[in-house]
Amino acid sequence: MQHRYIPMTDQDRKDMLETIGVNSTEELFNDIPQKVRFDGELNIKPAKSEYELTKELTELAEQNSHSKSHTSFLGAGVYQHYIPSIVDHVISRSEFYTAYTPYQPEISQGELQAIFEFQTMVCEMTGMEVANSSMYDGGTALAEAVNLSAGQTKKKKVLVSKAIHPESMDVIYTYAKGFNLEIVEIDHQNGLTDLEQLKSELDEDTASVVIQYPNFFGQVEPLKEVETMLEDQKKTMMIVSSNPLALGYLTPPGEFGADIVVGDTQVFGIPTQFGGPHCGYFATTKKLMRKVPGRLVGQTVDEDGHRGFVLTLQAREQHIRRDKATSNICSNQALNALASSVAMTALGKQGVREMAELNMKKARYAKKAFEAAGFETLHDGPFFNEFIVKLNKPVSEVNEQLLQKGYIGGYDLGRDSDSYDQHMLIAVTEVRSKEEIDQFVKEVGEANG
Amino acid sequence: MAKEQDFPVIFELSQEGRKGYHLPELDVEDINLDEEFSNEYIRQENPDLPEVSELQIMRHYTALSTRNHGVDSGFYPLGSCTMKYNPKINEDIARIPGFSMIHPYQEESSVQGALALMYDLQKSLSEITGMHSVTLQSAAGAQGEWTGLMMIRAFHEANGDHHRTKVIVPDSAHGTNPASATVAGFEAVTVKSNDQGLVDLEDLKRVVDENTAALMLTNPNTLGLFEEHILEMAEIVHEAGGRLYYDGANLNAIMGYTRPGDMGFDVVHLNLHKTFTGPHGGGGPGSGPVGVTEELAPYLPKPLISKRDTGEYYFDYDHPQSIGRIKPYYGNFGINVRAYTYIRSMGPDGLKQVSENAVLNANYMMRRLEQEFELPFSQHCKHEFVLSGKNQKKMGVRTLDVAKRLLDFGYHPPTIYFPLNVEEALMVEPTETEAKETLDEFVDAMIQISNEAKEDPEKVQEAPHTTVVDRMDETTAARKPVLRFYRED
Repeated sequence: MQHRYIPMTDQDRKDMLETIGVNSTEELFNDIPQKVRFDGELNIKPAKSEYELTKELTELAEQNSHSKSHTSFLGAGVYQHYIPSIVDHVISRSEFYTAYTPYQPEISQGELQAIFEFQTMVCEMTGMEVANSSMYDGGTALAEAVNLSAGQTKKKKVLVSKAIHPESMDVIYTYAKGFNLEIVEIDHQNGLTDLEQLKSELDEDTASVVIQYPNFFGQVEPLKEVETMLEDQKKTMMIVSSNPLALGYLTPPGEFGADIVVGDTQVFGIPTQFGGPHCGYFATTKKLMRKVPGRLVGQTVDEDGHRGFVLTLQAREQHIRRDKATSNICSNQALNALASSVAMTALGKQGVREMAELNMKKARYAKKAFEAAGFETLHDGPFFNEFIVKLNKPVSEVNEQLLQKGYIGGYDLGRDSDSYDQHMLIAVTEVRSKEEIDQFVKEVGEANG
Repeated sequence: MAKEQDFPVIFELSQEGRKGYHLPELDVEDINLDEEFSNEYIRQENPDLPEVSELQIMRHYTALSTRNHGVDSGFYPLGSCTMKYNPKINEDIARIPGFSMIHPYQEESSVQGALALMYDLQKSLSEITGMHSVTLQSAAGAQGEWTGLMMIRAFHEANGDHHRTKVIVPDSAHGTNPASATVAGFEAVTVKSNDQGLVDLEDLKRVVDENTAALMLTNPNTLGLFEEHILEMAEIVHEAGGRLYYDGANLNAIMGYTRPGDMGFDVVHLNLHKTFTGPHGGGGPGSGPVGVTEELAPYLPKPLISKRDTGEYYFDYDHPQSIGRIKPYYGNFGINVRAYTYIRSMGPDGLKQVSENAVLNANYMMRRLEQEFELPFSQHCKHEFVLSGKNQKKMGVRTLDVAKRLLDFGYHPPTIYFPLNVEEALMVEPTETEAKETLDEFVDAMIQISNEAKEDPEKVQEAPHTTVVDRMDETTAARKPVLRFYRED
């Protein structure tokens, strides 16, 4: 059968085989030894027509509850936010999404400039001097930052706050194995990294300190105190993982002397889509510019003196350095970086702060509403848009009931630690209305018994 | 041709007070947040993002898109990147709210449709590659390579073989191969190619020893040639106790004809954004699932998607020997949905036709182009082939010049100066989705450029003549890097 993605007709094939000088396409595969030939038919489902496949997969998708069918209070690193309509219209321009890495700058100025603008926006958000074109996600960006710190300082010990995202912690361990790093976990107390323990573990063998700001529990870590602590260990690097939306309100890590700031720009224009693809960002200082993993776009001029953009400092990267490279990243998340650029552009200088403050105000309203309904909440320190509520039942049990009522409940902290059994991490973003919050508090109350 | 003036960056369009957003209202009590924070944690100056209206944003990015070449714009024979057509149904399916608006931490009961899709994709990819099981967690090819090598490392360590520290990589391999080996804690060792462009078996025997952890191989290799002696190679490596790693960058050539598992490979990664129409997105996101033999399955990253006897799907964390987690959540699900849609659009016959026509197209172009360009390896190729521009170089026209001149014809040039073992290399991969007319027009353009090299070399050396910018000063870009926009004041 002639497939719609394959244009060759029987006549084309005949003509082409004649030019090649063979009788059949089969002859072109004669170099594959008989012993390794696959003679049967692949045991996968048969092809479906466009209409039938759309119908089947739409029905499959409808089996899932999602943030349009349900009202969601789930965050824990992935959030439902306002996505300006223009975002999807821009990334649906096929000149962007059907292109590859901009290796030929003359016909890739669109992508190159879009990345240059993204790099600028990430610098602005984080208060850092240099940002790359994107990483896979916030978790792997953090793990790469840890590896970079070890390579740069020639030290093997890394102090990692246990208040970072638990899956980022897992990824750090996996990535660190290749370089045989020693990961020391720093406990948390009352929702914040235990600075006393951090201080006692910090020594001249420490490559870096890793903190999340705001942390996994939504609490704002005192970066100023970490900065002060590191004054005695000048070589130890400060690595901060940040939700960039929170930096619309909070002082950016760059102002606390961070050496590397990473995170995920999913909060800007990228749907939750089951956890990926999202978009890691990686920002650092000029000093570390030539050590940054991944692609960098730089401004230059063409032969006529016109401004233009190119991939630059490529001597850092795997395709030049090969086995001397310190990161193997090649493909990144360019299209999602574009989505985030459009969203950040739409929000602009005023909108990011307004949106951050909306999150904070609505989250505070929700926290107080839970308290007023008799729930115990944890931690009283400054927070962003997430807080913890203690339940009488396993969180998953409550969440199953909430699903029946049209709600996607919060994150089950008991997944990561027994001491947080029956504790729900609740995220409230700008898209939740007062009415939704009030009703949610009521439904959680009923499910909790 | 007239050039336009400097194209503005979005920051240059900014005017204080303009807005491009409309946020939900504050419908709860307004409070003074600043009372909660000590001053040093309150941002004093807003980030300097652009202030522009919605139409200005749309015009800006639409204009940028016209300054970019994608597969939908024109032919894109970029070797080893498989720049095939990206079906639009894939985009539609990935945007259905039941796929695009689900959260990774929802209860399993509420995401059964997504898990069913992932489960069937794992199974389909296992079948296509002939492997025992597949993880969908890796975000891209390079991460897949590293994941596979970490599993091989865990396997050797579980056997007490801590001395297996070397990973063998052919001299024609993509740079990610040796880089992934290094990042996984191995030492990369190079094996040479012979004069037919295939791995030199004698050299392989020389470099393989009791310290060999793995051999990484692309088959067909980066020259587009099938490694005919794959079984002998597998035997050499396996006898020494090493494992075989298959870089799936070139799977587009062999679907339904042979499978990495049948060739003796132990680990395979796939680039779903290549063979399975991802799309490429201007450099990503991709997706790089990894398949393994039964022997290596215990080391797969957690979680896998499994199915209970009762028919429900679940996240399977019960893998005590797993290398752990390589990425938050479950991989680039949105890309996996697109790849699954593609596989279901093609079916078993369709996928075999893909490879048949990809190979037909490449051989047809190769035979036409060898009339004008040096062809270092003359056997039938698979899905791509490598030419040398050394005849043209004699006339002062380098491969870079040929590539730049192709831009004037509306083509994205082939991959150039890669692989490293061919002088002035031009690596051409047409893919199966291009019509014969397109291939002919491209070949005619290449022949014309070669004639220009003889008769009017400056025309080629000074190309491109029609693009929105000329050749860029890359030296200054690297010497004095400007990596972000600064306002003039």
